[in-house]
Amino acid sequence: MEALFLSIKLAACVSAILLVCGVPLAYWLANSQWRGKFLLESIVALPLVLPPTVLGFYLLVAMGPRGPLGRIWQAAFGHGLAFTFGGLVIASVIYSLPFAIQPLLFAFENVDRELLHASAVLGAGRLRTLWRVILPLSVPGVITAIVFSFAHTIGEFGVVLMVGGNLPGITRTVSIDIYDHVQSLEYAQASRLSLALLGMSFTVLAIVYGMNRKVGRRLWAPWAAKQDARC
Amino acid sequence: MLSVQIRKELHRANSPSFVLDVAFELPPGITILFGPSGAGKSTLLDCLAGLAKPDAGRISIDGELLFDSAIGANLPPQNRLIAYVFQSLALFPHMDVEANVSYGLAKLSPEDRRARVDAALAAFHVDALKARKPAAISGGERQRVALARSLVTSPRVLLLDEPLTGLDAQLKSSIIDDLRAWNSAQRIPIVYVTHSREEVDALGERMIAIDHGRVIDSGPPQHVLDAPRSKRLAQAAGFENLLQGKVMDLRETDGVMRIRLEASECEIEIPLGYAVPGNLVRVAVRAGDILLATEQPRGLSARNVLKGRIDSVEQRGTIVVTRVDCGVIFTVNVTPGAARVLELSPERKVWLVLKTHSCHLIAD
Repeated sequence: MEALFLSIKLAACVSAILLVCGVPLAYWLANSQWRGKFLLESIVALPLVLPPTVLGFYLLVAMGPRGPLGRIWQAAFGHGLAFTFGGLVIASVIYSLPFAIQPLLFAFENVDRELLHASAVLGAGRLRTLWRVILPLSVPGVITAIVFSFAHTIGEFGVVLMVGGNLPGITRTVSIDIYDHVQSLEYAQASRLSLALLGMSFTVLAIVYGMNRKVGRRLWAPWAAKQDARC
Repeated sequence: MLSVQIRKELHRANSPSFVLDVAFELPPGITILFGPSGAGKSTLLDCLAGLAKPDAGRISIDGELLFDSAIGANLPPQNRLIAYVFQSLALFPHMDVEANVSYGLAKLSPEDRRARVDAALAAFHVDALKARKPAAISGGERQRVALARSLVTSPRVLLLDEPLTGLDAQLKSSIIDDLRAWNSAQRIPIVYVTHSREEVDALGERMIAIDHGRVIDSGPPQHVLDAPRSKRLAQAAGFENLLQGKVMDLRETDGVMRIRLEASECEIEIPLGYAVPGNLVRVAVRAGDILLATEQPRGLSARNVLKGRIDSVEQRGTIVVTRVDCGVIFTVNVTPGAARVLELSPERKVWLVLKTHSCHLIAD
């Protein structure tokens, strides 16, 4: 059970970070006229096609005591990054990035451009347009992005194994734990964990898909308007 | 006063590049921007609002610079204080009417904002719809809300891109009255894009006609529309008869020239224009400006009497559109009463009467 909670904690952290970083990145990708944009789009999509072991390998090297990430981390926090929870969060954020960016990008690009123009001529800057027009009209995309990053992080295996190792309570996530149980022929424990994961994933997805269209917009718009009136 | 002098090249897929190159000044009041679709009207409005960037030129309001390519000045749309009502209206679908209208007033205190919004909603007669979403109100109400949302911000210029398309005449004129009443107090320049003759007649103070990205005429709307300078403008202004012909001879003393129409024997007299014998020219005549007779008319001041045969008769609402073959086909509009009394029907022999000054020479 410790592994299950670790997985949930990891997925929650990753989803939160991806939401905060993903919205500006997707906004930029949706609106930039920069010619080299396709390069960044390719980099964002890389984790979709790379085997997790390749990604994990590079991340491990980067996070190692002589890697650039590892050295910065060492200087800032006084300990290494590989085989820690922090390292796992960074690796998962990168690995799940396309799963957050794609739904956000799709939603942002589908907002009628004329509405953005209307917002601008009514005096709103980019930030206010994002907050009051783009995000409220992209609620289904935002929810999908959160759920996909959460679910994808829960389900990841290869990258965690490469970067996190298998330290109980620190980096042993539920998918690794299940693998361990199967390796040691403890089918009962493996089955219990697998069933818990299956049930939880299905319940979350069902709730989200059920709520997505109906509730999201109704909740967000008045709340955002209130925030806006304050600032 | 809005001063505009801009040039912008547009690259469109599958067509030669298009250059918008215009210069004009707009005093307060309504100016109609008229021209066929693809003439560059929307591009021009986008440049004024700051949504598109001209390649070169200068835009200023009352001496304040909005855009100047010479010094690299380009005020973003949110700082221009230019309101823009889009053809699609672009109301925010997730906000109610009140939130839509107050959107442009973020910098005001809540009390001021409420007062301004209430005044704007009342001025456009949509105060009862405050709590409704755009999807839950009628087309005409949406158009009123869009106007209120733009005007509540006290803009320095108002741009309207066919804002009343699709409304019936009565609704149109009541919205136009509200717009006029509002602007009689504010006196800002309003640029109004429309194809509709009804709207032109109701609004007309001044008109700028553009085609192929250039200003081809300007002045009072009647003047611009009654003597169109180009074929596309003539079509847009509702000249049903556009005929090609060859200049036969010029009669300078009479101020006229004779034109032989296309491959026919028909000759008509039109006012003297820039042409020499042998030139191919186009002549535009409104279907409503042609008289139709069932016997050969005599003793008329009109110089052009053409013999022909009715090709078809078709009633469209309150006009009867008659096509007459005189060697070239003319479209003639008559009233249903006249069609009845004259017993107009296909194959009937008729005479067409065209006043010289109803025939307009136009350039391609």
